[in-house]
Amino acid sequence: MFAQPLVTSAAVAASVLFILSLGGLSNQESAKRAVWYGIAGMALAVVFTALGPGVSNYGLMLAMVLVGAVIGTVVARRVEMTQMPQLVAALHSFVGLAAVFVGLNAEMERLRVEGLRAAGESLDGLAAFAARLATKTPTEIAFLQVEVVLGVFIGAVTFTGSVVAFGKLAGKLDGKPAQLPGGHLLNAAAALACVVLAVYYLAFGGMLPLIAITVLALFIGYHLIMGIGGADMPVVVSMLNSYSGWAAAAIGFTLSNDLLIVTGALVGSSGAILSYIMCKAMNRAFVSVILGGFGGASGSQMAVEGEMIATTADEAAAALDDADSVVIVPGYGMAVAQAQSAVSELTRRLRAKGKEVRFAIHPVAGRLPGHMNVLLAEAKVPYDIVLEMDEINEDFSDTEVAIVIGSNDIVNPAAQDDPNSPIAGMPVLEVWKAGTVIVCKRGQGTGYSGIENPLFFKDNARMLYGDAKQSINELLTKIG
Amino acid sequence: MKIGTPREVLDGEARVAMTPDSARMLRKLGFACAIETGAGEKAGFTDAAYEEAGVEIVKSAERLWADADLVAKVRPPTETEIERLSKGKVLISFFHPAQNEALMRQAADRGVTVVAMDMVPRISRAQKLDALSSMANIAGYRAVIEAGNNFGRFFTGQVTAAGKVPPARVLVVGAGVAGLAAIGTSTALGAITYAFDVRPEVAEQIESMGAEFVYLDFDSDQQDGSASGGYAAPSSPEFQAKQLEKFRALAPEIDIVITTALIPNRDAPVLWTRDMVEAMKPGSVIVDLAAERGGNCELTVKDDRIVTDNKVTIIGYTDFPSRMATQSSTLYANNVRQFVGELAPAKDGTLIHDMDDDVIRGSTVAHQGAVTYPPPPPKVRAIAAAPRKDKPKEPSPEEKRALEIAAFRAQTRRQAGLLVAGAALIALVGAVAPASFMQHFIVFVLACFIGFQVIWNVSHALHTPLMAVTNAISGIVVLGALLQIGSGDWLVVTLAAISMLIATINIVGGFLVTRRMLAMFQKS
Repeated sequence: MFAQPLVTSAAVAASVLFILSLGGLSNQESAKRAVWYGIAGMALAVVFTALGPGVSNYGLMLAMVLVGAVIGTVVARRVEMTQMPQLVAALHSFVGLAAVFVGLNAEMERLRVEGLRAAGESLDGLAAFAARLATKTPTEIAFLQVEVVLGVFIGAVTFTGSVVAFGKLAGKLDGKPAQLPGGHLLNAAAALACVVLAVYYLAFGGMLPLIAITVLALFIGYHLIMGIGGADMPVVVSMLNSYSGWAAAAIGFTLSNDLLIVTGALVGSSGAILSYIMCKAMNRAFVSVILGGFGGASGSQMAVEGEMIATTADEAAAALDDADSVVIVPGYGMAVAQAQSAVSELTRRLRAKGKEVRFAIHPVAGRLPGHMNVLLAEAKVPYDIVLEMDEINEDFSDTEVAIVIGSNDIVNPAAQDDPNSPIAGMPVLEVWKAGTVIVCKRGQGTGYSGIENPLFFKDNARMLYGDAKQSINELLTKIG
Repeated sequence: MKIGTPREVLDGEARVAMTPDSARMLRKLGFACAIETGAGEKAGFTDAAYEEAGVEIVKSAERLWADADLVAKVRPPTETEIERLSKGKVLISFFHPAQNEALMRQAADRGVTVVAMDMVPRISRAQKLDALSSMANIAGYRAVIEAGNNFGRFFTGQVTAAGKVPPARVLVVGAGVAGLAAIGTSTALGAITYAFDVRPEVAEQIESMGAEFVYLDFDSDQQDGSASGGYAAPSSPEFQAKQLEKFRALAPEIDIVITTALIPNRDAPVLWTRDMVEAMKPGSVIVDLAAERGGNCELTVKDDRIVTDNKVTIIGYTDFPSRMATQSSTLYANNVRQFVGELAPAKDGTLIHDMDDDVIRGSTVAHQGAVTYPPPPPKVRAIAAAPRKDKPKEPSPEEKRALEIAAFRAQTRRQAGLLVAGAALIALVGAVAPASFMQHFIVFVLACFIGFQVIWNVSHALHTPLMAVTNAISGIVVLGALLQIGSGDWLVVTLAAISMLIATINIVGGFLVTRRMLAMFQKS
């Protein structure tokens, strides 16, 4: 058994390790070590807290940890890299749910302690968290209640929000925005009701208002994320990531546990920054993404003139054969078609012929920040030829062939040319400056945002229609 | 239906309207193909090659004209040729309807449908049919080659052991298709290339080909030449004066002049006058691609090469495409093949002459017994008028400095505002909160700051692993459950147990999947 100061010093060590772990992600090599910092920090925190004062019921604890560890291992081993977005969403929902439970527990314990105190019974027999509660002053209890409300509310929103995001990303729910009649008014009303209930709860206490808040928050999470379309999921997932952190921090306040607060704050700010980066990459305000739909479009969009010129694998292969520099721009379509291995093989063969092949990744390509990087890494594409938008955008004019695989809005020149376009001002990859642009696309339709893409009508664009994987595989047969 | 191509009857014409490759494509569209024996010989296509492509070889022109339902050729037909066509048959060729009205009348009277390849509207959709562009491209290329043939020096500058050679200076007047092709060829050969066009908006295209645009110092609003189908409208007298003045200044330095300026349905404008030719250095070359319409150079002799008294060579050939018959036949045959594709949308070998279609309507000069030239203006505007872009004014250094200072001040103000607001908020919390809370609060705020600093450094490529790892460490809520699981209340214990279970899944799953992902990142 460890005394409290020892547990605290372990917590300090764990905090430092977590910070190092996140900091290590600044490059691919140090990242491999950074994970171990995280694992070590977590082990320290859990072991020392478990063996610290006021903890008991080790049998149940061990059983739960064992079962959880087995499930976690199986999931982590089995998951496909294309399914990462839904896995991340699912894991967020767990944090949210756990936060809700811990918050509700805190209230139940508080009520129990109050009951005992009111009955004039001795508080000495209490164990665990209840024992700590018994020592708290009334103001501290009041603050604890605020923290409980916050923790439960954020946790519940995170939980249902993540479940819906999971459904949308896994294709189990329709990716289109869908809302009940009333739209965001409904959310606002629910949020207002939560505030009223919270005030009531702070004044009078009791489980009922807290449970009502939980239910309303669950609804808000569900309804809010239902109203957001599939392609905005990178922002949603980062936002939920942030929320899960804030929920943990709120719970940390409730439990007076600094380690929880630090970790929650780290995770919360991480998610917030990711959301910020995503929004910036789409040139949209965070609020407009969360409220769904594209805002700010005014006036008529420029009419697109010209014709989409279809091409064949033969012609595309010939173009690639002649080119010395090739840039590949992958998008969500590559993930959907599971084309990353074929793309990797194409890259390998072109590089073997002495051609310069690079990848251009837009920050919002895919359904998760950094999604494309992971998919390409899985397919064994070396990471040093996978470049960010800012690193490669200026090179397109010197590029002979650009291959666009399953991306649309992120290569839309209308974002620069047409001030009335809904995506005007969004930073885009300037593929049209390349000599030839080969576009792998399923059909002639518009992308997620429903915006016509003038790129496809440009003189130097060639459309290679069909499933991305099949198209690339066919290309491979033509390139020795 | 059968598509036939006769041998060209005009003297010196080497091109042919069908190649073995285009015949294969036509057969895919459901047509049978026939060719007069020897028609492709001068362009380098033997009868055997045609036969191999499944083309029937017809011995005489007469038989061919009689058999074919659609005749494709290059040059405008002669009267005899039209006489050979019966009612309902289709002829595709260059026609120059404005100059050949009698011929057009004759064709209409016979009930023949005539598609003039030189009348294809210049809209984006019809680019693949645009035989004029194909031929102009070749003419532009050939003009440079022909100039080189008559020019006594290198194009490219060289420093050799035997001395230094200056690069040739080439001026291309008119940056249409031919002009751009000439610019491309000339820069590829290493010459210093200048180009001029009355449409200032083509400056970008000229510069993209590697030539320098010759600007006129001219202030008044220039005419927007793009409205009339990609050709320049005759410019104002002041403009012309300026232009000639500029050319006169350039003439002594220029070694090779290639002129390609044409205005639809008019004689070619004279841009290179006698005195400019006289001002040029001996050995210079002028290639006049507008010779057919009178020439841009005052001294041009159509279809001939002359040398002036001051030893300037002026080339006025009009058959540049025919001088590269293999290349031009390939492109022309492809244009014809694409046009047939437009006429046979069902790809079943039957023609549907849709007179509502802009492209088909515009190119048809005789149909069902009537002359259908000139066509009504196309529904689609040829080239979108370039939207006028106001160039943002370059700020002066003082203005820049002022802007920077203003931005810095605004930023300072914003930061100070935020700090004050934050401090006020914290003071407010501190006023009511107990001491124990404030301790935790300090930790929270500092942790947020560290989080922001650390996360900004995370590489974009690792955002997914970042999310997975933050997911794992947010499983730290397991500590909450740990502290509660020892409770005496069964409900609390149950909820805590579930929390432990799912938080553990998070921790273990999150870390393992991160490890898996990071292991995949490999350097090349």
